[in-house]
Amino acid sequence: MATRSQAAREAIRAVPGIPRDDDGPVFRAPWEAHAFAMALTLYERGLFSWNEWAAALAEEISRAQGAGDPDTGETYYLHWLATLERLVAIKGVTSTETLHRYRDAWDHAADRTPHGQPIVLQAEDFG
Amino acid sequence: MSSDHDHHHHHDHDHSELSETELRVRALESILTEKGYVDPAALDVLIETYETKVGPRNGARVVARAWTDPDYRERLLKDGTSAVAELDYVGRQGEHLVVVENTPDLHNMVVCTLCSCYPWPVLGLPPVWYKSAPYRSKAVKDPRGVLKDFGFELPPGTKIRVWDSTAEIRYLVLPMRPAGTEGWSEERLADLVTRDSMIGTGLPKRPHEVA
Repeated sequence: MATRSQAAREAIRAVPGIPRDDDGPVFRAPWEAHAFAMALTLYERGLFSWNEWAAALAEEISRAQGAGDPDTGETYYLHWLATLERLVAIKGVTSTETLHRYRDAWDHAADRTPHGQPIVLQAEDFG
Repeated sequence: MSSDHDHHHHHDHDHSELSETELRVRALESILTEKGYVDPAALDVLIETYETKVGPRNGARVVARAWTDPDYRERLLKDGTSAVAELDYVGRQGEHLVVVENTPDLHNMVVCTLCSCYPWPVLGLPPVWYKSAPYRSKAVKDPRGVLKDFGFELPPGTKIRVWDSTAEIRYLVLPMRPAGTEGWSEERLADLVTRDSMIGTGLPKRPHEVA
């Protein structure tokens, strides 16, 4: 995974505030690792540079602070996720409407899935 | 061989739940996958490299404390949730952590396919195989075989008990303290405690493996 950790190191250099230890990024919850990995993958696909990412993330954070976010670090990946959603829409990968439609579909999928079963998205979840 | 393992089946028929944030993450992930921007298998591999980087992994500290402090061990087995909270870790609301102890006669193993059943704040990220259907069904039908797949064989006299998580109860296995660690500090002992040993699919490292 040499190239992967390379990309992660570049991210840490270019993007301020990524929670980390000596080896690299650390996460408070599994979804944070997913959000980080998605950004890393999109960066590798050339969808954005880390500088561009850092600027968009900074905007997201200052907007949240304006709205009263205490910025204690606990919400870092929430801003990260919002940045992802905004950038994929700006870059035309998908639209905000599609993101909402899939969010609702996952909600539906979770609702009909008994506890203990893997939650799988199906066509019927798109109402 | 029905006495070989007791399968404690606690599943209720409640539906699953994802938080608002988890829903958004999954939505994005499915769209990126469908559009070919993300290969889910590659994403899993990438996330696996962070498996010890999620959550504070307090589990190892909990186990090491239980190995060195008999009173703590007793509290831990009686009420896992409060004993774990003593070490500054506070679980999510409504979740109970039950600690099950391995002995020479009994080996415990935890099984569940759902991420949300897995006490990641204590253990770190779940391994990818933990969520796979084949692991789950084999763990229930043939736990001894699963352990063999993971490279260790229990003495024939050791019973295996399989625990199935529910929405309310999470399990943590308290593994046996490895031989040759007399007089070790709690901190040193914690280095021996692997995630897999706290799920019951592995054993703690032996002293020479961390020398």
